[in-house]
Amino acid sequence: MRGVKKILAEVGAIATFSGMVFQQLFQRPFEGRELIRQMDETGSKSLVLVLVTGCSIGIVLSMQSRGTLARFGAEAVLPSMLALSVVKEIGPVITSLVLAGRLGAGIAAELGSMRVTEQIDALEVSALQPFKYLVITRVLACVVMFPLLTIACDIVALLGGYAESLLSSDLDYRLFIDQAFSSLRMSDVLFSTAKTSVFGFLVSIVGCYSGYHVRGGTREVGQAAMRAVVIGSLLVLLADVMMVRLSLILFGG
Amino acid sequence: MKHTVDQSGNISKFSDGYEIEIKNLHKAFGERKILRGVSVCIRRGSTFAVMGGSGTGKSVLLKHMVGLMEPDSGEVWVQGHQVDQLDQSSLNALRLRIGYLFQGGALFDSMTVAENLDFVLRRHSTMSVSERTEQIQEAIAWVNLPHAATQYPAELSGGQKKRIALARAIILSPDILLCDEPTTGLDPVSVRTVSNLIMRLKAERGITTVAITHDLLCAEIIADHAAFLYQGKTLAEGTLDELRASQHPQLREFFG
Repeated sequence: MRGVKKILAEVGAIATFSGMVFQQLFQRPFEGRELIRQMDETGSKSLVLVLVTGCSIGIVLSMQSRGTLARFGAEAVLPSMLALSVVKEIGPVITSLVLAGRLGAGIAAELGSMRVTEQIDALEVSALQPFKYLVITRVLACVVMFPLLTIACDIVALLGGYAESLLSSDLDYRLFIDQAFSSLRMSDVLFSTAKTSVFGFLVSIVGCYSGYHVRGGTREVGQAAMRAVVIGSLLVLLADVMMVRLSLILFGG
Repeated sequence: MKHTVDQSGNISKFSDGYEIEIKNLHKAFGERKILRGVSVCIRRGSTFAVMGGSGTGKSVLLKHMVGLMEPDSGEVWVQGHQVDQLDQSSLNALRLRIGYLFQGGALFDSMTVAENLDFVLRRHSTMSVSERTEQIQEAIAWVNLPHAATQYPAELSGGQKKRIALARAIILSPDILLCDEPTTGLDPVSVRTVSNLIMRLKAERGITTVAITHDLLCAEIIADHAAFLYQGKTLAEGTLDELRASQHPQLREFFG
């Protein structure tokens, strides 16, 4: 009973924390410089990780599916299957999970260290509004950069898939592109990519919340980073189920 | 003048002469009661040391003065404002008149020394870039570290960090300086250096300083008045000599 109470209290606290983001989002001062720095930190510095992940997904998916599809004489649908699975589901979710690991832990550890070394208090007493400076910039950066990184992941995954097809069956790139994109609807692409903004919000909010409220020392900072990754990843998966259901209602199967 | 604060802790001495007044302050974290009725009055332009053993609530007391913590009960008055009753913008305005020197310096470690100082200046002043650079150079020269501008906090020693943190705390020319253990963990030479800088602030700028310390050397150099906290209460208040002469067993133990 006490455990349930604790979880509910934590959920409530995270919801309040999220509410503060919306409340202060449009209030001056706007931390433009820090936002750009965070977008660089979130985006450019995660790009290689996302590209490598995307490329390996594309190649592996193509290799694994080819044999099964060939058994049913359906090898020709490989590009469509690849495009559908990568763009609609695997690209957004895997990108978000990888980023939940990198950024969730990074944000929680950074803010947690700042908390225990009193740097957040130093911002507070200098009237520098740490919540805006540290939290809102990171949340916005993730909301913007998650979809962009997902697009990069999707593209590289399809390229990886094509490279594998080229080596295995000498598939012409025009045929690959034609088949891949014929099965995709614009609404699928837009919705699947845009939903990663929600994932970015969840990952960054949990990371910021965990780090911002660290009490104690380095041990607690480590725990906050771990909690941020675990809760952030679970929320991404949970939100994905809900949003796929929503997309089916809105756009059909 | 020496006095021991009464049990209720109510000191009704609020007047223009006091920069900071704490009345019967209580603060608990869960079941743990940290402050149990602390009352102190600090005169404008004085240097006040808050002394006591570890865990007696000295840092908690200091954090109340700048609104980093809210009291469970009691009142905290700074420059005639009741800190815990101020709205965010008034609190921020008051905070700009207070410099805070944190125990570990709390320098922003992703920024260089100059950026640390400029970060505060840029936001809260209308100075041009060249004026700000000049003021930053002046501030770090004042703490005798003129070549530290491009260094990161991780490259500085403990004493140097404290001096840069002091420069940052006073960059906006505050009326009040709050120091949380300004000399803890420093060698005797650095203790003297930091303590003398605090004294210079009083002499040159008339800043009211409140310093938490259990470092007797630092207290001897800076304090013209001191309070001794014990088990979350003000056990005694007076000059350092008066506290030292006290026959109270806790004070005798502390001063050796």
